[in-house]
Amino acid sequence: MRHTISILVENKFGVLTRIAGLFSAKGYNIESISVGPTEDPSISRMTIVTNGDDDQIEQIIKHLNKLIDILKVVDLTNEPFVERELALIKVKVNPYTRGDVIQISDIFRAKVVDIGPTTLTVEVTGKSDKITAMINMLAPYGIVELARTGAVALKREFKGEVYSSKEIKLIKKKSRQKPTEDTEKG
Amino acid sequence: MEKSKTNPNKDSYGKNLMGIEIFVRSLIEENVEVIFSCPGNAVLGILDAILEISEIKIVLTRHELGAVFSASGYARATGKPGVVLASSGPGASNLVTGIADANMDSVPLVIFTAQVPTKLIGNETFQEVDIVGITRPITKHNFLVTKIEELTNIIKSAFYIATTGRPGPVLVDLPRDILAEKFTFDYPEKVNLRGYNPIYSAHSGQIKRAAEIINNSSRPVIIAGGGVIISNAFGELRELARRINSPVTTTLMGQGVYPEDDPLSLGMLGMHGTWYANTTVNESDCVIAIGSRLDERVTGDFNKFAPKAKKIHIDIDPASISKNVKADVPIVGDVKDALKKLIPLVKNLNNEEWLSQIKKWKNEHPLKYKATDKVCVQFVIEKLRDLTGANAVIVTDVGQFQMWTAQFFKFLYPRTHITSGGLGTMGFSLPASIGVATAIKDRPVISINGNRGFQINLQELATIKAYNLPIKILIFNDEHIDITRQWQELHWRKRFDEILIDSSCPDFTKIADAYGIQSFKVEWASDVEPTLKKALALKDKPVLIEFKTIYEENIYPYIPIGGSVSDIIEGGK
Repeated sequence: MRHTISILVENKFGVLTRIAGLFSAKGYNIESISVGPTEDPSISRMTIVTNGDDDQIEQIIKHLNKLIDILKVVDLTNEPFVERELALIKVKVNPYTRGDVIQISDIFRAKVVDIGPTTLTVEVTGKSDKITAMINMLAPYGIVELARTGAVALKREFKGEVYSSKEIKLIKKKSRQKPTEDTEKG
Repeated sequence: MEKSKTNPNKDSYGKNLMGIEIFVRSLIEENVEVIFSCPGNAVLGILDAILEISEIKIVLTRHELGAVFSASGYARATGKPGVVLASSGPGASNLVTGIADANMDSVPLVIFTAQVPTKLIGNETFQEVDIVGITRPITKHNFLVTKIEELTNIIKSAFYIATTGRPGPVLVDLPRDILAEKFTFDYPEKVNLRGYNPIYSAHSGQIKRAAEIINNSSRPVIIAGGGVIISNAFGELRELARRINSPVTTTLMGQGVYPEDDPLSLGMLGMHGTWYANTTVNESDCVIAIGSRLDERVTGDFNKFAPKAKKIHIDIDPASISKNVKADVPIVGDVKDALKKLIPLVKNLNNEEWLSQIKKWKNEHPLKYKATDKVCVQFVIEKLRDLTGANAVIVTDVGQFQMWTAQFFKFLYPRTHITSGGLGTMGFSLPASIGVATAIKDRPVISINGNRGFQINLQELATIKAYNLPIKILIFNDEHIDITRQWQELHWRKRFDEILIDSSCPDFTKIADAYGIQSFKVEWASDVEPTLKKALALKDKPVLIEFKTIYEENIYPYIPIGGSVSDIIEGGK
């Protein structure tokens, strides 16, 4: 089963190797990995997409938690979360096909970011399967080059449950409060 | 002793010091008593500074692997962190097996390696290796110091990480230029590691669930592992066992944690464990595993392990629980804390029937061997046990004799069986006994070896001689690689090749002579006791005894790899 694991780590050298080493030592493949700084510059967020059964993933998470430089590990798979990937796709075009490619891009809400006499580069974001769908649509025209990021993900706050009137009042009250330093940091 | 009263670093705080001095003063802050090292160009300056500034004892071994095993022996025997200092390049890479060994057996080590200057790192500089990269998967954590400002914080963190939670080796790589810089010396009081918070306090809800299962069981058994020793929870273990009237079996690493002459003791569990320990676990309805990884040498086939039992698993390392055997009640926490909370909640179980059944098994399937006129290892171990009253520290190497020691020595005290359990490293015993003998002065230290394992680190005889460590070195020489021969005999066609026969086996007493160590050779069973007596009486110097043993002897009982209790081979000649 596909798992999306979100990890907060110390922004230090060698942390990525420790994490990658843990996966490779167990013989598990990382489907994608993406790293970037968070709102706190001393902390980075890594999003790892991997495959494995629940027991394997539980072991991985326990071992990740043991690493000294790891602050928090969350397996997002079993809760609602937002996940996005980005791809840059350079497609071969001629005066007859250029319009088609732009039209397909519009359907996928992709942006044209570069244009040349024989190519067109589009930028698309979305879930993994949407990006794959777009690549498949553009493939017949001839893909010259392709760059695709790994997934980044965050937990959803609103889980779709219906709030009681009491809870709504509380939310309203909170949103009216002036942000203090604490709540800003969140 | 006076150090604790007057801080020798008192006058140095706030002063601008050389990195090398900051390093030594940090070791003083950590109360390091002894450091195991192997001299090399890159560490000479540090060794010099240690001699000048501190009273830390330096033990110089003949090989870096010797240094790290010595530190490991010291740490296993005392519970204090073992400190190693090695040179850069080959000096550092020679440590690898010893570090991996300590990592498997949860031994607290702090290893310092010298490194080429920061600017030259990665340039294939003379005597450079990426030791941080090499040891990443076999250390609990490791550091490369890149700024002098970080030095004290990293040393403090290294000792903290090595000794807390599930202990393990921590390596600190020290580039030469950093130690030559100057900085204000100030030793931090606390570590700042937001990603490392080992859980010590056991969850009381889980403890309650465990107590309920124990109170409703009639056939309980306790499996005690090395974690009980690390946590110093022997008293609590005994109290629990007596309170619920449960038999206790130990793993190899847990030996000595529960006295093996106690009627509730079942001896060792696992592949070469006693018939009755394995059978008891198999028939039990409640297994309480304490401070054990439940490694495959202990459990055999995971799916057939204790099939009738509810399993309670207490360990400080969450990743060790349900790794191999699924636990019904996982309890993460310090063993001592968990047992203290558990004891008041459990009651004496009316399990006389269970205990008398076990007694019957013990009588019907005892450990046995066939005594002969020639020397057999089990006989020597029994004699050694009688002569020392189990009041000795036994440092075993890896092989058949290791298992026979585990079976026949009947350990009574914790930290008296020092052995390479997880990694099973041949060549461990001789250097490890150096570390043990450095710390333990009130008990005889006995190093037990086979003819092959002894030759892996025999250069350390020079270290033993140099420091006149009164280690009693026993070598069982059957001129074969015993345990490998057993496997070949039982699992492969009985074709013993050249490789298994140590035809070029040297005369070990001559080797001892060459190093100036007194030695004896024993070929007949009748000479065993008098020779051991003679050797033990020589209290102030090392002695080597070579036993010529019979070679076509197997270790029984034996559960073949991946097997279960139903596959047990009892031998029984």
